[in-house]
Order: sequence, then structure tokens, then C-alpha cells
Amino acid sequence: MSALLEVSGVSVSFDGFKAINNLSFSIGPSELRAIIGPNGAGKTTFMDIVTGKTKPNSGSVTWGEKGQSLLTMSEAAIARAGVGRKFQRPTVFEDQTVAENLVLALKSPRSPFAALLFALTGEGRRRVEALAAQVGLTDALPRKAGELSHGQKQWLEIAMLLAQEPLLLLVDEPAAGMTLAERELTTAMLVEIAKTRAVVVVEHDMEFVRRLDCRVTVLHEGSVLAEGTLDHVTKIPSVIEVYLGRG
Amino acid sequence: MTDTTPPAAPPFTLPKYPGGTGAGPRPSAALTPKGFLARNPSVLWFLLALAVLTVAVTILSPAFGMGSMSTSFVKTLGKTLCLCLAALAMDIVWGYTGILSLGHMAFFALGGYMIGQWLMYARTEEIVVQSLATSPIPATAQEIAQGVGTQIFGVVGGSDIPLIWSFAHSLPAQLALVVLVPGLLAFLFGWLAFRSRVTGVYLSILTQAMTLALSLYLFQNDSGLRGNNGLSGLQNLPGLAETSQDLLSIWFFWASAAALALAYILLAWAISGKFGSVLRAIRDDEARVRFLGYPVEGYKLFVFVITAVICGLAGALYYPQAGIINPAELAPIASIYLAVWVAIGGRGRLYGSVIGAAFVSLLSSWFTGGRAPSIPLGFYTIDWVDWWQVLLGLSFVGVTLWAPKGIGGLFDRFRGLRTPDRKGAPLGPDEGSLQEQEAVE
Ligand SMILES: Nc1ncnc2c1ncn2[C@@H]1O[C@H](COP(=O)(O)OP(=O)(O)OP(=O)(O)O)[C@@H](O)[C@H]1O
Ligand SMILES: [Mg+2]
Repeated sequence: MSALLEVSGVSVSFDGFKAINNLSFSIGPSELRAIIGPNGAGKTTFMDIVTGKTKPNSGSVTWGEKGQSLLTMSEAAIARAGVGRKFQRPTVFEDQTVAENLVLALKSPRSPFAALLFALTGEGRRRVEALAAQVGLTDALPRKAGELSHGQKQWLEIAMLLAQEPLLLLVDEPAAGMTLAERELTTAMLVEIAKTRAVVVVEHDMEFVRRLDCRVTVLHEGSVLAEGTLDHVTKIPSVIEVYLGRG
Repeated sequence: MTDTTPPAAPPFTLPKYPGGTGAGPRPSAALTPKGFLARNPSVLWFLLALAVLTVAVTILSPAFGMGSMSTSFVKTLGKTLCLCLAALAMDIVWGYTGILSLGHMAFFALGGYMIGQWLMYARTEEIVVQSLATSPIPATAQEIAQGVGTQIFGVVGGSDIPLIWSFAHSLPAQLALVVLVPGLLAFLFGWLAFRSRVTGVYLSILTQAMTLALSLYLFQNDSGLRGNNGLSGLQNLPGLAETSQDLLSIWFFWASAAALALAYILLAWAISGKFGSVLRAIRDDEARVRFLGYPVEGYKLFVFVITAVICGLAGALYYPQAGIINPAELAPIASIYLAVWVAIGGRGRLYGSVIGAAFVSLLSSWFTGGRAPSIPLGFYTIDWVDWWQVLLGLSFVGVTLWAPKGIGGLFDRFRGLRTPDRKGAPLGPDEGSLQEQEAVE
């Protein structure tokens, strides 16, 4: 199985501080992967690099079968190529309705001219309705996203990500601020999504990661410390040390 | 920008959210396509108000009606409509897209200069040809050109016609320049600024620098546009020397009203759909819009150029009514006023900007025109010509602090609309949710 995303030998430094140090990582087309690591390990920075927000000092990031480099592409172009990203804090457009939020995210041509002439066709409408139903926001469609509760915003954002139809989903700490029931649902959902596309989940919560039941990559000080099943990596002395050392 | 279209992912099902409706997807009224007017009830009201105004002004005008309105007041109203048009553009670029441009009046003035070149040239040529017609030998083209040159450029000590007047004889060419000059300048400026991701205050400062630089350049005598004299006599239309100003003023009023109506309809259409949704999203969180795959810089550039062109057209209608244009019109303060009008009228809604521009600019000409009664305080007399600026500044601060929706916000009361606003509220987790601290364990 060829890799969907291939990150090799990437380094980033902020004012001399190496946030990412010779990091290599790869993920297949329908794989679920968890990334764990102590605070400041470089997990968010890693996502910034893949999504084009931060340009690395060295290394390469290639995408898809053709091995297209993501480093020369803008954030928007990378998103159009099929990389979706969920931020730690729910970021939805609070001033717009749930329906508008979903339509914005819906996969469609992105140029200004296309947006001017855009009309929500039957197909797109059904898709928005289905997504809204899936995250329990059908009744909230005409409401402003700003009126939603914190949990609902998280779900709206997830629905927006799905509307984008990405091939790779980067999810930063999805469970933060969720109730236990919501966490269980989120796990089930991520596992379900990963059947058809690649998903990378950054999470602190070991219990959450355990339920994902997938390969785990441990980051530490900007590079990969270990990789394997959760049981495997948690037995590695250096990993234990990193986590224990953190107190 | 080439899309690498990913292969369609197979559909999947998700576990149901507990608070969900239980039933499968239901059609929602929120997604039902609505007619243009249903989405934009303000368009009808606006057009109605504009039509009533136009009819009223026509009836009262000296040209067609009772003449109880002076020609100069018809012109003032016509000019006000042009300012409203510029305010519409400002609302799109600032109120909707969040780009606080403080240079859009530069585009307005450039539009005025472009139409002014034709007005001045063609009219002067007419006069020169007429005066030479009395001489026994027919005048040569060169003699005419020299006459025109002396007439126009005598004040700046020259008689040669500068290169930038090459098309001044042709109305279609100068009309094209009304669109092209502001459009190209906006494109160049926007391309440089947006590509380097200049935003916020820095962008506002850059736009101020642009209009200031342009103004200083035009003040020079060798700029080719008559330095600080500017272009004058623009109220006289070439070929219509016999037509009275009474008639011309109402013609221009009609044209201004038509342009405003057309722009209002077009812009309301543009922002009512997904395009407007993208613009508002860019205003609120442009980074997020990028991660949705939208070329944010492209959208900003598009909006910047289109609104600059609208301002250029508004200027081209304004200055023939004003009669004169000079580089002071490009002073940085002019563009700041434009922003103040939109803020007072209520940004983020088209009619708000129109109301703001009309209200404040008319009030301003009343106060500064010396017609507002001075207020004697005994120890000091408030003279409005000087104090109007202070009043305007205070109202701006007041609106910004206490009524961010401006005058337009009053309309929400009529419609019984109250937008629940959770913006200031903490976005924190709900009750019972695990806090991040616990999650780390
Ligand atoms: N723009 C920046 N400028 C300077 N330093 C930065 C920048 N972004 C990240 N860093 C630093 O790089 C390191 C890695 O940060 P990053 O946010 O990627 O960590 P993380 O693994 O996501 O941590 P957390 O678990 O706290 O979210 C940190 O030490 C951080 O301070
Ligand atoms: Mg992080």
C-alpha cells in the first residue's frame, strides 16, 4: 500500500529553537493513526507543516500517488487537494447559520466566480441535510452557529470537515472539553471515518487513544520516539521516561 | 490554481448523535432555495425609497417642475447619491470582507480625473475651434491642438499636451479609463499587499500611504493633470453648450440614482449567496477559510478591485456635478470620512452604508455651509464650521462604542430582530465535560 502522506526528514526551528527535528512520518489512504507526546513535543507544529501553515526549514512532504510536494502549495491548495483539519478549539463561523457553515464547507469549486454563481443543488442539499442529521443539528440549521453549545460546535465542525470530503483528516485533541458520552461517540466516529480515509488524531488522553485501537506514534522534542501499538509503545523505557518525567 | 481532484470517497455512516432527531435526514427550510427578493427584503424598500426621492426631486426641480428646489441643491443631492455609491463599495470591502481600506476615495477621485480629462479637453477644443472659425483661413489641427494646450495648461506654465491626455478627445476611451485606472491601481496594490498577507491596521496604513502619495504626486505641476489647479469647468458638457445647468443637473441626478440602484441590486445579489458567506467568513476568521480550501487572497483581491471600480464610476458621476476636481480630493481624510459614514450608517448591511453616507454628508454640508445657527454660550460661541468636525468625531466614537450596528441597527427593532450574541461569552466547555487538565492524566 503506497503512502497517502509521506513526511521525511522535516525540521523546523523558531528563532533557533528546533520545534521539529528530522521528523519522518507516513500514513496510508485509509489508516487511523494517533499521535501522542508531552506538551511542546511538536504535535500541533507537525499539523501546521502538513497543512501549509508553517514552512519547514528542510525535508520533504509529499502527497498522493504522484508524490506531489505540499511544500510549494498554499494552505488553500492543500485543503483542496484533500487535507482537512480540525483545530483544538472549535472554529465555526459564529455569525452565520449552521446551514451556511455547512454549505461553505461543502465540496465545490472554490474560486470567487464559482462562489458567485453557486446554487445549492438537490445533491448538495441532501448531503447537507444528511450531515446535519448525523450530528444532530437538523433543527439547528437555520440558527446561528454562535448560539450553539460548545459540544454542538465541535460536532458542527466535524460535519463541516466531512462536507469537505477530505482524503486525510488531521484532528487536534478532539476530546478536549467533551463529556464522556461525547468522547465515546467521537471515538466511534473517528474509527468509522478511518475506514474510508486517512485520519491522524493528536490526543493526550491515553484512554481515548486506547479506544481508537490503532497504531500510535510517540513524538518527543520534535522527532519520533517510538511507533507501534499502544501496548507496545507504552512498554518502551524511553517513552515511559518521557511521560513520567513530565509528572 | 489547479485542483488535484481527489477520487470520490465512498459514503459512510456515522453513529448518531444522542441529541439528534432520531429520524433520518429531513429537508430543512433553511436550505430551500429562496427568491432573490425573499432573501433581500431591503432591496425592494431601497428601490422604493430611491424612486420616491427621484420623483420628488424631479417634481421640485427647476428643469421639470415647480422649481422650488435650486439647481445647486439638485446637484448636492446627485452628488450625495454618488457618495452613497462609494459607501456601498466601502461596505462590501470593509463591512463584509473586513478589509478596512482607507484609500477608496483615491479610486473615486481617479474616476473623476479620468472623466474630467474628456470633459475639459473636448469642451476646450470646442471653444478653440469656435474662436478660430472667425479667422479667414481654416485652422489646422496643429493650431487647434496648440490652442487647447495653451488654454488648459497655461496655468501650469505650458502649452504642450502631456502624454496622459492622449485619449482625452475620446469619450469611450476615457470612460474605459474610468474603469481601468482605478481597477489596475487596486489590482497592483491589492496584489502586493494581500500576497504578503498584510492585514488589519497595517493594511489601513498602507492604503492611507497610497492615497497620500497619489495626492502629493498630483499636486505637482508636471504631473500632467494641472497640479493643484486640478480640472475645472466639468459641469459643462461638450456638445451641449446650449443645454442649461437646470437640465444637466437633473440628468446627472437621474444617472446617479440609476447607478446607485443598479449597484445596490448587483451587490445585494452578490452577497446574498455563497459569495457573501465566504466574504463574511474571511472577515471573521480568514485562516479557517483557507483551511476550507478557499483562496482567501484571491477573494480579497477580487473584492478590492471590484469596489475600486465602483468607486471610480461613482467619482465619474460625482465630479461633473461638482464642476471641479483637484488633488485635495485624494487627501487621506477623504477616505477616512468614507469609513466614518459607513460606520455611522451601520456596516455589514448595504442600506446602512447608504443611510450613513447620505445622512452624514448632507449634515456635514449643512454644518460647514455656514447655515447651521451658531450657539452662543456667553463666554464662547460654538461656530459649527469649526465644531462640526468635533461633533462628527465624537459621534464616530460614540457609535463605535455604544452602537456598533450604527443607524442601520435601528431597523432591527422594526423587524423585531434580536441577534443573540454569544460572541463575548466564554466558549468554554459545557457542564460535566472533562476539563483539559483531567484529560492529560
Ligand atoms: N510560532 C511559533 N514560534 C515560536 N515557537 C513556537 C511556535 N509554534 C510552536 N512553537 C514552539 O514549538 C514547540 C512545539 O509546539 P507545539 O504546539 O507543536 O506542541 P504540541 O505538541 O502541540 O504541544 P501541546 O500538547 O501543548 O499542544 C513548543 O515548544 C512551542 O513553544
Ligand atoms: Mg498542540
